Amino acid sequence: MKSLEKFLRKIEPTHESKWAKFHPVWDALYTFAFTPGETTKKGSHIRDGIDLKRTMFMVIVALIPCLLFGIYNTGHWHYYAEGTAGAFMDHFGDKLLYGAIKILPIVIVSYGIGLGVEFIFCIRNKHAIQEGFLVTGMLIPLILPADIPLWMVAVATVFAVVLGKEVFGGTGMNIVNIALTARAFLFFGYPTEMSGDKVWMSGIGDMAKADIPEGVTGATQLGELASFTFPQEEWAYGAEAVANIQETAISGFQSAWPLWESFVGMIPGSIGETSVAAILIGAILLLYTGIGNWKLMSSFVVGGLVVGLIANWTAVNPYMELEPLNHLIIGGFAFGAVFMITDPVSAAQTSTGKFIYGFLAGALSITIRVFNGAYPEGVFLAILFMNVMAPMIDHYVIQVNIKRRLKRIKTA
Amino acid sequence: MSEKIKAPKEPLFSKKNKRLVTEPLDDNNPVTLQVLGICSALAITVSIEQALIMTGAVFFVLGLGNVIISLLRNAIPSRVRIIVQLVVVAALVIIVNEVLKAYLPDPAEKLSVFVGLIITNCIIMGRFEAFAMANKPWPSFLDAVGNTLGYGMVLVIVSVIREIFGSGKFFGYPILGNNIVDPEAGLELTGLYSIGYMNNNFIILAPFALFAVALIIWVQRARNKSLIEEH
Repeated sequence: MKSLEKFLRKIEPTHESKWAKFHPVWDALYTFAFTPGETTKKGSHIRDGIDLKRTMFMVIVALIPCLLFGIYNTGHWHYYAEGTAGAFMDHFGDKLLYGAIKILPIVIVSYGIGLGVEFIFCIRNKHAIQEGFLVTGMLIPLILPADIPLWMVAVATVFAVVLGKEVFGGTGMNIVNIALTARAFLFFGYPTEMSGDKVWMSGIGDMAKADIPEGVTGATQLGELASFTFPQEEWAYGAEAVANIQETAISGFQSAWPLWESFVGMIPGSIGETSVAAILIGAILLLYTGIGNWKLMSSFVVGGLVVGLIANWTAVNPYMELEPLNHLIIGGFAFGAVFMITDPVSAAQTSTGKFIYGFLAGALSITIRVFNGAYPEGVFLAILFMNVMAPMIDHYVIQVNIKRRLKRIKTA
Repeated sequence: MSEKIKAPKEPLFSKKNKRLVTEPLDDNNPVTLQVLGICSALAITVSIEQALIMTGAVFFVLGLGNVIISLLRNAIPSRVRIIVQLVVVAALVIIVNEVLKAYLPDPAEKLSVFVGLIITNCIIMGRFEAFAMANKPWPSFLDAVGNTLGYGMVLVIVSVIREIFGSGKFFGYPILGNNIVDPEAGLELTGLYSIGYMNNNFIILAPFALFAVALIIWVQRARNKSLIEEH
């Protein structure tokens, strides 16, 4: 380490050298390996060793279970679509290898392109490079389907980093969540690669119809559920419901997807979102270290549950009959609750505001899901919408507080 | 000292008159600085052809309208001036609409209601109010030329971006290759599409025009620092 530090110090671009404008790049790499050499001269207020780099690093660690599970799950569903998967743990090595070959390039592209854009802007604006992209670069692959073409990942990353963050002034200044911006860009830009039943099982899009084993539809749980909002002929479990009076469409759905498998994550879906178990490991780490905010997480879940309950009570179609708790473990709800809603920059900042913000985002997620069949997943749209609303929530929370305190002065 | 200085007759293209044309192109662009006419910038910029026809239509309405209002400016009672202006715009827009339907039926159909909606284009009423009501016909006409060019320039830039990346075409000609697969007609993917490229559907959607206009504003202000507002 000593020699590495000596070497890095030797190549440090000082003000005089012609590489001076690349100092932010050097600084970013140096502080990655070493703590900065400069210490505060006078009394400082800092009580904790944590800084942005360490915060970001903890989130990355929290994301690793999701990534690893996602890699394996991608492999599993690829072999499932080919009809050779067997049980979930069969062919462990093959599935892991296939998933790694599919997913690691997406991660590399996301990081390479995103950090490239970040470096360019920091050098241009003469900022120190901040580590905002470390987490975003990992979040972007985890919320995409495994078959997404790499150039699309690159385009979406550039779009999201430039228009989501850099135009507002860089790290910590963004109004909307950058990873979700990238997903929204892809969702609206290339809908055939981001939704439907050809993208969720890796490789199924290239297979001829005759090669796909019987019973494999390629749809996710959300895709099947969304079919219930359409006329009965298009229901995923409509035919069985007619054939067997005892079984309704929703119980056909529930017996096809056991809760336990959904919880562990043995379901098709975006790379990192499927496993609630892996997400919970991350959630525990984030809550234990205090990096993730429990107010945002809990209110998001409560918001989703409330709308789920209302839908359940007033059910007019099989989708609305789904148990509210079941909503939490399918689709991207859990991932959104732990890693997306807790983004400290785009969320509401006041304590009361956080409860309101999280609750409305969760409620809106399930609302879009259940009532709009055209968008099977509503979590990312709901969070993006609430990102934009967050400053308004904060404003009114502060105004209410000011009013209350003014009243106290006047009455006293 | 008490000699009365007679104002010299202004040449047709004096410095002041030239500025009437050049200023709306950059320093005082109606779309990127005054943020007027945004609705049509969203609606009709999916193809370059539509953008050009729209610019032509706006030029006709604004050019003629500015001159008419300028000629009438001393006769219009100020309390009813908005109504008079509206009558002028409406009459001119009806003419444009009928001409387009007669001679360019296909593009006119694509533009649909947006030709009629030129009536509500804020640039036109804005120029009537702000310029033609207080200036002579010739400067008013030049002002119309400048503003239409400024407006058309933004429209064309946005539509070039949207047509190339949204539908893979330039002026209706498929420059990126063929993206329709139809074995019966012998069509297959060619050009960029054969190596996996896809048109971006988001760029066709109206909200993208806002991003495009925002990007133009960004580039313009980065180039011309005097446009950045103080806070």
